[in-house]
Amino acid sequence: MRRMGRYSILLEAPAVVTGCAAVVGQKEGEGPLGRCFDEVLKDSKAGAETWEQAESMFLNKAILLAAQKAAVKPEDLDLIFSGDLLNQCIGSTFGLREFNTPFVGLFGACSTMALSLALASVAVASGAANTVGAATSSHFCSAERQFRLPLEYGGVRPPTSQWTVTGSGAAIVASGGAGPKVTAVHFGRMVDLQIKDANNMGAAMAPSACDTLKSWFDDTATKPSDYDLILTGDLGDVGRALLKQLMQAEGFTLSDQLYNDCGSMIFDVRTQDVGVGGSGCGCSGSVLCGSILPQISAGTYKRVLFCATGALMSTTSSQQGESIPGICHLVELMA
Amino acid sequence: MDAKQYQKMVDQTVPKTNSLKNCFFAFVIGGGICVLGQILINLYKAAGLDEQTAGALCSVTLVLISVTLTACHLYDDIAKVAGAGSLVPITGFANAVVSPAIEFKSEGQILGVGAKMFTIAGPVLVFGISTSVLYGVILWIVKLFL
Repeated sequence: MRRMGRYSILLEAPAVVTGCAAVVGQKEGEGPLGRCFDEVLKDSKAGAETWEQAESMFLNKAILLAAQKAAVKPEDLDLIFSGDLLNQCIGSTFGLREFNTPFVGLFGACSTMALSLALASVAVASGAANTVGAATSSHFCSAERQFRLPLEYGGVRPPTSQWTVTGSGAAIVASGGAGPKVTAVHFGRMVDLQIKDANNMGAAMAPSACDTLKSWFDDTATKPSDYDLILTGDLGDVGRALLKQLMQAEGFTLSDQLYNDCGSMIFDVRTQDVGVGGSGCGCSGSVLCGSILPQISAGTYKRVLFCATGALMSTTSSQQGESIPGICHLVELMA
Repeated sequence: MDAKQYQKMVDQTVPKTNSLKNCFFAFVIGGGICVLGQILINLYKAAGLDEQTAGALCSVTLVLISVTLTACHLYDDIAKVAGAGSLVPITGFANAVVSPAIEFKSEGQILGVGAKMFTIAGPVLVFGISTSVLYGVILWIVKLFL
């Protein structure tokens, strides 16, 4: 493992994703990627008493399924990196507490899938661990009550708002075995272009995705067309359009053939009443673990850049008038 | 790119709100709620109640309808189309009190329902009452000179 360029980290002995799984709610199951997910829970409360417990159940199921596919037990994992949107990361904590496994709680907002996967891969590639879990979750109902308004409140969502995905993605990363390889990672810088509208997260995060991608292309002397797929995490239709313009201004063309966004992919924005797309940690988590990683295994994609983006804000910072810094972590995946 | 240039780019990219359509539905549905209120008042008066009692019973009935629709997960669906049309009448206020009460039941009756019930309606009460006090004072001063 070595540093490549200014910010990128090359994993000379790649970490291997030996198992992955995505568990989502009904609305996500009815979306364009519905068939890709391992489990679609019709009951968004997952049999639990509270929305927070439900989110933990989604995460718990995703880890169990991913471990099963990797032919390991959760307690055999050397480490689990996981995070979510709930205060003090209780989605992860309570979803994983039964496993008796070393646990590192993360907060990267909606970038958490890339953050957890990058850290898990670095842990494996450095020799610090052999088998590591990387997971994340979000739940529409637990996020709404924490960040916005009660579910039954009769408010109108602004046209730029995004719909928090109910779902969880989990991946098991090991030093050997069969599966997509994590060949390099790139931890992003915080970028803040003074967007203050908490209902326009795509606009707040797009500059960070541009910064990370540009920095990655500089570090590696590659260009967008060297990849089969560049996938950003939950920028939604507005953020996706902004990123294309920002990248164009930097001299990189992101064509529709090779660039897509998890927030735009998980829902049909025309028919599912989700604003400009999906958001939440579970958005890029479930799209990556449910659709993209299996397609890399199947040979559909050979070289993919997974760049999950996060808006680093809280209700307190928003109410106090702070702008929203964005962050984007990148993971390079190869067949 | 600096923040100003970026804000310009954002403004050009975001989908625009269809104000005309929103105003139309707010007018029709909000107006509809008011018509329903008038029908209720007329019915109560026809049943032999005086004007004041009929007005109070009309409010109580509208609140009851709103609370029932909120509990049946229907009020937010109506509000999605109606916007301010369902927010401004008394039904909107009832929804603003009941929806957090339902939502925060999981944190218990005291710290959940009790403490969170007025998280949305609280500011309306504070500034509504403050404004009425202010108007009262103005009225009192004006009456001193009339």
